[in-house]
Amino acid sequence: MKCVGKVVKYGDNVDTDVIIPARYLNTSDPKELASHCMEDIDKSFHSKISGGDIMVGGENFGCGSSREHAPIAIKASGISLVIAKSFARIFYRNAINIGLAIVECPEAAEAIEEGHTVEADLDSGLIMDLTTRETFTAEPFPEFIQNIITAGGLVNAAKSGIIA
Amino acid sequence: MPMTMSQKILAAHAGLDSVEAGQLILCSLDRIHGNDITSPVAIREFKKMGFDKVANPDNVTLIMDHFVPNKDIKAAQQCKCCREFATEQELESFYDVGRMGIEHALIPEEGLVVTGDVAIGADSHTCTYGALGAFSTGVGSTDMAFGMATGKAWFKVPSAIKFVLTGELPRFVSGKDLILHIIGMIGVDGARYKSMEFTGPGAHSLSMPDRLTVCNMAIEAGAKNGIFEVDDVTLAYEKEHAKRQLRVFKADEDAKYDAVYEIDLNKLRPTVAFPHLPENTKTVDEIGDIKIDQVVIGSCTNGLFKDMEEAAGIIRGRKVAKNVRAIIIPATQDIYLRCMEAGFIKDFIEAGCVVSTPTCGPCLGGYMGILAEGEKCVSTTNRNFVGRMGHVDSEVYLASPATAAASAIMGKIASAEEVVK
Repeated sequence: MKCVGKVVKYGDNVDTDVIIPARYLNTSDPKELASHCMEDIDKSFHSKISGGDIMVGGENFGCGSSREHAPIAIKASGISLVIAKSFARIFYRNAINIGLAIVECPEAAEAIEEGHTVEADLDSGLIMDLTTRETFTAEPFPEFIQNIITAGGLVNAAKSGIIA
Repeated sequence: MPMTMSQKILAAHAGLDSVEAGQLILCSLDRIHGNDITSPVAIREFKKMGFDKVANPDNVTLIMDHFVPNKDIKAAQQCKCCREFATEQELESFYDVGRMGIEHALIPEEGLVVTGDVAIGADSHTCTYGALGAFSTGVGSTDMAFGMATGKAWFKVPSAIKFVLTGELPRFVSGKDLILHIIGMIGVDGARYKSMEFTGPGAHSLSMPDRLTVCNMAIEAGAKNGIFEVDDVTLAYEKEHAKRQLRVFKADEDAKYDAVYEIDLNKLRPTVAFPHLPENTKTVDEIGDIKIDQVVIGSCTNGLFKDMEEAAGIIRGRKVAKNVRAIIIPATQDIYLRCMEAGFIKDFIEAGCVVSTPTCGPCLGGYMGILAEGEKCVSTTNRNFVGRMGHVDSEVYLASPATAAASAIMGKIASAEEVVK
């Protein structure tokens, strides 16, 4: 699976309260959640991105609450991939479970700037900053997790009997 | 291969003799729970998976606690969705208004998770039950759905950090100060993906409510779980609450840890986490004059009877400072009742506090105490992120019930020592 898009970049400890504030958790509608995604730290988020774009974060991306509404909001906003130096553990498993592509790559997350165009090959772990021509390699996922991702998330993995 | 306490519990639930850090395993679950925010998403995913019936209705629990009594129509719809699912699936442990409490206070109280269990909950503070010597961790709604459907969850076996506690907590210093001190020391991702295991004579000196508070905030250091060694305090608590057989696991003497920290409880001071991260800690001795607008005493972190008792001890016979709103929230119906019988509710009301029915409301900026632009709140809750309790330009200072109560009286961030001479 390949993702190509323009980058929107944030810092360390992007928490689930800023990804989707709890005041909007009275709904689980992906479109409605997406409309409030990132609004507490970046009012221009939606005007900056278009479908397929890539979000880059620092350390501990997605820390805080277990709300799956956070990766759902990012995915429904049209973001195709999140690259971060590291992910908070619940966000990490939620993203895998709902089929939002994520890659942990500290070097890439450090070097890539907002507005750059980036191409990532999720099977090989190869990330290329097309603006600077720099390349980075991320550790591939363990096979067990790769199977969930390939199935399109935990729902499909459960349906197809990959895990049970 | 020697194992940590968490690894032993996981191995036993995966049907394996031993496990090691990094291994991916499928575990059987003793409890799966969700709340009125996360369960509707889980129910949707459960149906998408094509399941009709939960694997075991006896170990699925739904607790309506975040936006109840329903704060608006959408919140009411979400509770309705949970209520209908509970009826359809014949769930015995469905907790609605009148029976509910804040989930992480209610679950140990009701004995729904016990010593030695593996439990998941679609709420990040599910790590609380490590205080009982159980492996418990927060997950998302899809994991909850998969857990309801199969009775299982996948885990990457965590490595661990060991905290060896010595001494005893001084007066006006509690489990909250200990965990804030630890998060200040190791940072909000200091234990990312790892277990935090608490042991040593100081750990055994801590009361069960203090242990619950410490484990509750393990997630605020990024941890997968927090866990206390089982001792007489655990067994005495479980004698009163558990309705199932306990299983006691102990870390191997030669278990490997990523790091070991020794903490002398005698040296701890009341500690406050400044905006906008729980790691921004200062002791009360390092805080200048910070005027406040609101105090919240409650939540899954500090809404237990002991927390209410500590707050009442400071507030009783005094008045909440002018221009401060003090909101007190006992975490369960039982705690509320015990506070009433002990006279705490009268103490709070006479001092000028409001006392609310159990709810997560203000902690996550839902309702029941939202902050306006520029306002400051001292809160016994667990997170102080940007906009957590209201306006993006409001500020939350995390503290213990004693510090929060003293701050309500003084109208500024203050320690209990300044109020109770």
